[in-house]
Amino acid sequence: MKEQLKKDFDNNIKNLNLSQKDIEIKKFCLDNFIEKGFPNRKEEDWKFSDLNQLIKNNIGELSFYNDHTSTNKVDTSVFVDGLEHNKIVFINGRIEKIDFEYEKKDQIEIIDQSETINEFKNSNSLSDLNNAFTNKCFKILVKKGYQLIKPLIIYHSINSKIWSKNINLRLNFELDKDSSLRLIDLFSDTSEKNFLNIFYNFELKENAVLKNYKVDKFENKNIKYSFNNIDQDKNSVSETFILSSGSKFFKNEINCNLNGEYSSAFVNGIFSLNNDKHHEIRTIINHLTKNTKSYQLIKSVLEESSKAVYQGKIFVNSDAQKTDGYQLSKAILLNKESEFNAKPELEIYADDVKCSHGSASGSLNEDSIFYLMSRGLNYQQSRELLINGFLLDVVEKITDSQIKNLIKNMIGIKE
Amino acid sequence: MNNRQKEIDNLKDYKYGFSTDIENIQAPKGLNEDVIKFISNIKNEPAWMLEFRLKAFDRFKVLKEPDWQKPKFPKIDYQDLYYYSAPKSMKDKPKSLDELDPKLLETYKKLGIPLQEQARLNGIAVDAVFDSVSVATTFKDELTKQGIIFCPISEAIQNHPQLVKKYLGSVIPTSDHFFATLNSAVFTDGSFVYIPEGIRCPMELSTYFRINASNTGQFERTLIIADKGSYVSYLEGCTAPMRDENQLHAANVELVALDDAEIKYSTVQNWYPGDKDGKGGIYNFVTKRGLCKGKNSKISWTQVETGSAITWKYPSCILKGDNSVGEFYSIAITNNHQKADTGTKMIHLGKNTKSKIISKGISAGSSDMTYRGLVDISSKAKNSNNYTQCDSLLMGNKCGAHTVPYIKNKNSESNIAHEATTSKISEEQLHYCQQRGLNPEEAVGLIVNGFCKEVLQQLPMEFAVEAQKLVGISLEGSVG
Repeated sequence: MKEQLKKDFDNNIKNLNLSQKDIEIKKFCLDNFIEKGFPNRKEEDWKFSDLNQLIKNNIGELSFYNDHTSTNKVDTSVFVDGLEHNKIVFINGRIEKIDFEYEKKDQIEIIDQSETINEFKNSNSLSDLNNAFTNKCFKILVKKGYQLIKPLIIYHSINSKIWSKNINLRLNFELDKDSSLRLIDLFSDTSEKNFLNIFYNFELKENAVLKNYKVDKFENKNIKYSFNNIDQDKNSVSETFILSSGSKFFKNEINCNLNGEYSSAFVNGIFSLNNDKHHEIRTIINHLTKNTKSYQLIKSVLEESSKAVYQGKIFVNSDAQKTDGYQLSKAILLNKESEFNAKPELEIYADDVKCSHGSASGSLNEDSIFYLMSRGLNYQQSRELLINGFLLDVVEKITDSQIKNLIKNMIGIKE
Repeated sequence: MNNRQKEIDNLKDYKYGFSTDIENIQAPKGLNEDVIKFISNIKNEPAWMLEFRLKAFDRFKVLKEPDWQKPKFPKIDYQDLYYYSAPKSMKDKPKSLDELDPKLLETYKKLGIPLQEQARLNGIAVDAVFDSVSVATTFKDELTKQGIIFCPISEAIQNHPQLVKKYLGSVIPTSDHFFATLNSAVFTDGSFVYIPEGIRCPMELSTYFRINASNTGQFERTLIIADKGSYVSYLEGCTAPMRDENQLHAANVELVALDDAEIKYSTVQNWYPGDKDGKGGIYNFVTKRGLCKGKNSKISWTQVETGSAITWKYPSCILKGDNSVGEFYSIAITNNHQKADTGTKMIHLGKNTKSKIISKGISAGSSDMTYRGLVDISSKAKNSNNYTQCDSLLMGNKCGAHTVPYIKNKNSESNIAHEATTSKISEEQLHYCQQRGLNPEEAVGLIVNGFCKEVLQQLPMEFAVEAQKLVGISLEGSVG
């Protein structure tokens, strides 16, 4: 892999117009990655999902070079109907389209940040890989007091022409004072066996509101990793919803720093898995100052030999008095081969806090099924009704009604 | 001044902090094959026992000290320790208590452990371990009548080799982790209990551990076997003198419960916790593991951890037999600069197995407390259940409380439920108590005892009273 990495790296650098300094930084990151390799189960954070093994077993040899010199045709059929929205389209990791057609042009700034590499707190070897290979990096700045009229949908498409590729993406968002953004990440892939490595960085200034919905719905055989870093200032609110369902493997990491007083973070997630899929959500909520709040709800429905992992951590700094932190994970195992692992963690250094977590896993309640069947439903209907209700709970947490309906339709949840 | 206040004042300092001036036989300093042979030799052990030790030592040589735990500590120099220390008077074993060194008797009297006949009215059989050897075992005769074996493990190696050979290392093998392997290589003494088929042990069995010599590590090994349909309740208590250096305590405890048997193991751990600035104290790195080998067997751990500079232990249950039950009740209190990383492991292998974990952590001062636990339901453990509840109470803003549970469910017919909360004593509760005439310290004592009640209830009567007092004393000075 080492030779391949070096060769692909050199090819990649050739196509970019980079200063000597930036090349140095990218090289440094590459060396870091070569030294550490893909994370494996020996690392505590990857204890339940050995990415190194997963890549070896499902992809084999990866290549890291992507030819981004020519444009890809944007397939408009994947666009969401019935919801007016702004678009960013990534195809095979290349930005093909940025379109804020519904917004005031002077209120949104798109800054090319390709040369500046931002460091992530809690970084792992994948952030090094990302730093070394990302081609273009844009920063989307929502200006002071501007609230986007329509949601922004980012389409992540991988078309059928590529396989065994590593694709690296990076986007930065800055939401200035009193601004707001609704962001949907939509994954649609027709290709197989690629490894997608996405890093987002969000900076929320005072009173800013971010709503991020990540939807991985369509069946595919790709391996995905996504890392969201969210820094929050005073009174800001972040809401993250994750639907984890379609990919072979998907690990979503949310690292949220509540730096300002009265800031709050909400993370809600659904795992709906079948076959031998293996998904993970890992959250780290850092309560760094007083009067901050976080709430997490993760529900899983696991069929066949699928496996879901939830690792959630609430960290409370010694200054962060009056913190309110809550975490709940629930799983229904529908098959004897399915597996649910959880590590809900609390690390608390302040005394005047209210922190709790709960985790439960088990089978569908037979009594409930009996109840429904005695009222005339057949077994299949009762089962579906119960699962429907179980998941609806999480979807109802979505605060945007338009997007709530969109997502409900996507998963086929009825009210 | 009321009585309770007086009592607390008496106990304010670590009252077990004295040391006994007694002549010792020690093994040469350091850890090597010769020292292991020395220990084996002085105990007159058979060849298979020495082989067991050397096998463990071979394995130990390739192991590295683990470092994933929350409380970090300075590197221990394993060559700078004495691995064997025994009172000289124990060389020719005294045949009865009358021949026992009066200084030893005096020590145990001061500790409140009655070894002499006249004091044995409270109906607990005691095995007293002083540094590396067991000095006295009481009530032996009465237990023998029922066929119960309760003796120092070194005696069991001589007198009941078949039993020891069969079960020693069957739960904690010589190939286990760093500290367990170290113990297997150099363990000196400890208790051995065998309850024969169908016998309900008529009294509580108890071991009292005392570290006296300085620069000594204590490595005791306890093996309890409950044969089919038997029951035993076992208590363990520990203290050590106040010294400026840190002392290592790495014990192994193995429990085996056969069909329908039940073992109840209670610990009140009160090793010297170090002074107010965190100087000195015991490193308590203990491996405790119980195997529910037979059907319908049950193992229950209850622990009250108030002492030690660092506590690092996870009493575990391997639920192998169908319908077996594992329980874990724990109170861990840390104050000043104490650190604790404790919890349990419940490994469900058999069908219809059940486990329950109740953990209460209280941290005060500048201390740090971690609950770390594993619940693992394997794919064969059909219809198994686990319930976990871990609550933490914080006093002051310099301490920390952490919860790190690992939950693995590989069986769709099994259920796991986990709950954890972290909070402080509410102003309302304190106000209510004070309004009714309690001073702030008493109020905290009352609330904390209520918080711990679920666990305290599990302790045998005699221990419960002591533990309740201990809870109050450990938190002394943390209010205000």
